[in-house]
Amino acid sequence: MATLRREIRIHRPAADVWQVVGRPELLHLWFPGIVNCTVNTNSEGTTRIVTTGAGIAMPEEIVTNDALQRRFQYRITAPLFRNHLATVDVIDLADGTCLVVYSTDAEPAVMALVIGGATTGALEELRRQFESGSGPALAALKEGAG
Amino acid sequence: MGRKILFVTTDQQRYDTLGCNGGTLARTPVIDGLAANGVRYERAIPQSVVCMPSRSTMLTGQHPSTHGVWMNGVPLPVDAPSVAAVLHRAGYRTALVGKPHFEPFLDPFAKFTENRLAGEGKPTEADQPWFDGTTGPHRGFDHLEFSTHGATGPLHYSRWLAANHPEAVGMYYQVLDSTFEVNAAGGGETGAPQAHFNPIPKEWYHTDWVADRTISWLDSLAPQDDWFCWMSFPDPHHPWDPPAAEVGRINWRDVELPAGYPTTPAERERILDGKPRHWRMWYDGALVSNYEAPKHWVPATLTADQIREVHALNAVECELIDEALGRVMAAIAAKGWTDDVDVIFTTDHGELQGDFGLLFKGPYHVDGLMRLPLVWRPAPSAGLPASVVSLPVGLVDLAPTFCAIAGLSPAEWMQGKPLPVDDAGGEALSCGIGGVLTEWDSELFGVAVHLRTITRDGWVCTAYKPGYVHDGTEGELYNLGDDPRQQVNRWDDPAYRSTRTDLVADLWDSQPPTRSPRIALVAPV
Repeated sequence: MATLRREIRIHRPAADVWQVVGRPELLHLWFPGIVNCTVNTNSEGTTRIVTTGAGIAMPEEIVTNDALQRRFQYRITAPLFRNHLATVDVIDLADGTCLVVYSTDAEPAVMALVIGGATTGALEELRRQFESGSGPALAALKEGAG
Repeated sequence: MGRKILFVTTDQQRYDTLGCNGGTLARTPVIDGLAANGVRYERAIPQSVVCMPSRSTMLTGQHPSTHGVWMNGVPLPVDAPSVAAVLHRAGYRTALVGKPHFEPFLDPFAKFTENRLAGEGKPTEADQPWFDGTTGPHRGFDHLEFSTHGATGPLHYSRWLAANHPEAVGMYYQVLDSTFEVNAAGGGETGAPQAHFNPIPKEWYHTDWVADRTISWLDSLAPQDDWFCWMSFPDPHHPWDPPAAEVGRINWRDVELPAGYPTTPAERERILDGKPRHWRMWYDGALVSNYEAPKHWVPATLTADQIREVHALNAVECELIDEALGRVMAAIAAKGWTDDVDVIFTTDHGELQGDFGLLFKGPYHVDGLMRLPLVWRPAPSAGLPASVVSLPVGLVDLAPTFCAIAGLSPAEWMQGKPLPVDDAGGEALSCGIGGVLTEWDSELFGVAVHLRTITRDGWVCTAYKPGYVHDGTEGELYNLGDDPRQQVNRWDDPAYRSTRTDLVADLWDSQPPTRSPRIALVAPV
């Protein structure tokens, strides 16, 4: 199992940022390279299928969506992975800003870097949208849709 | 009408694989002929011994610390400086055909322009929003057609092979295994790692494809066009899987072991134990510090016969490159351009290829990886005499050389100097320090290795920064004169303390500016 962590400080309140991070159907609007995502919820839980820019569809299981801790976790269940767990924490820095930490644990190890490496761009895009006040994820929030 | 430039690179080719450099295995008459009529460099040194940082140095004319591609898997920013853009602005038609690798290959998100462009089957990027018409399409190149070491992935060659010869796609060695690690599976007749008999016909192999597409692009040009073409062969980088029908050119059983090869395990281990710890740890399979060698292969298991077979397969690949280059030179001659074409041939870094009982590459700053083939055949119309340059030069000097050929001043952001054409004027060497710098940085899954090296006055001196197994006091010091295979590390020898002190001071005093903030590692390769 390999583990990878990326983090970024965003000059917006944690509660605001969580409104996007905690909405699994919005991922493709702030994660560059993911072009679509579909969320399904049933009695067994919540699943998501993301489609990458290369046309690869990856099924995921939503493990945690905890608005109190502002922690979101999901597991890629595609056979490429023996294990995978991604964790996004939005941490209030008590000064009107927040720290967003995106962690990837995966086996095979190389896949942690392939998938986790892309989270750098995702965090940068998340910051860009919040600090500029505009972007597709924020627009979707305003419209109340994904 | 000015001088045209054919820039030919290979990938991971040793100095001693060319006939003009004393090689006896591969027949390389085309390159040897260029050397006989041009300048042959006896100590050309990369600024990094892995692909992405080194190729980025060739394009930008900057050291890795400055352009920011500090290890494989770190993408060169799309707006990074580019000598191709300089030439494009000066009116040159520009092309890159073959292996680029300024951006990671493992890219399931199709985030990187090179992969996306090729995946869309496009030869230009002029419709991208950042294209402002002044730097040319992608990185200053008008035309791009990409390939790499096999037939998987989105690059143009893979798409061409899948569309025209789908039965051949599976013929190549699988570079990665099922866990996406570099494949350790052996093949050939000796079980050497990454050796493979590839049933693909020579005409469909990527070496010939690169030459074919280069010729096609040249055919599209007007006679009066000035042009800069980077023809970038993916070979002889592993896997060693040339077309099987060509393997009979060289019988591996007839191949002699490399000069100075320590034939007994005890001798190899004694030499390795004189070097910083990670050398022996890798040999024993105790530490794999980087992604450029198979994680599940232990170098100590490498046999003499496997070294022979790797050398033979590698030599076949070098011969195919030489022949492909010969076809391109013939096409240039047929157009009547020969007198006005400069040809520069080199590679991005070397290959250990059995040295010290090791294969592949990594944080090991010795001749196998650092002494490169470099030949410059100036345009005959320039009237420069043939010569041999023994002073050290760097790949960082290529970009300013291209500018000089085009009659342009080097861009202010370039850190090298135009290549010397003889050994006179030693003070004019790369970076103005009388020596050449090489650097290594890797941080992979908690294992960090950081090296800084200077080659100067017949010495190679490497200082280590603190890392996973290094405390920052280690180093390597080799006298190229009396120890040409770098088997005796003088770093801790009191007799050479003043030499070491002088070189280390020069090394740190001459470090290039560091890009900030550091670009994130986003892929293994």
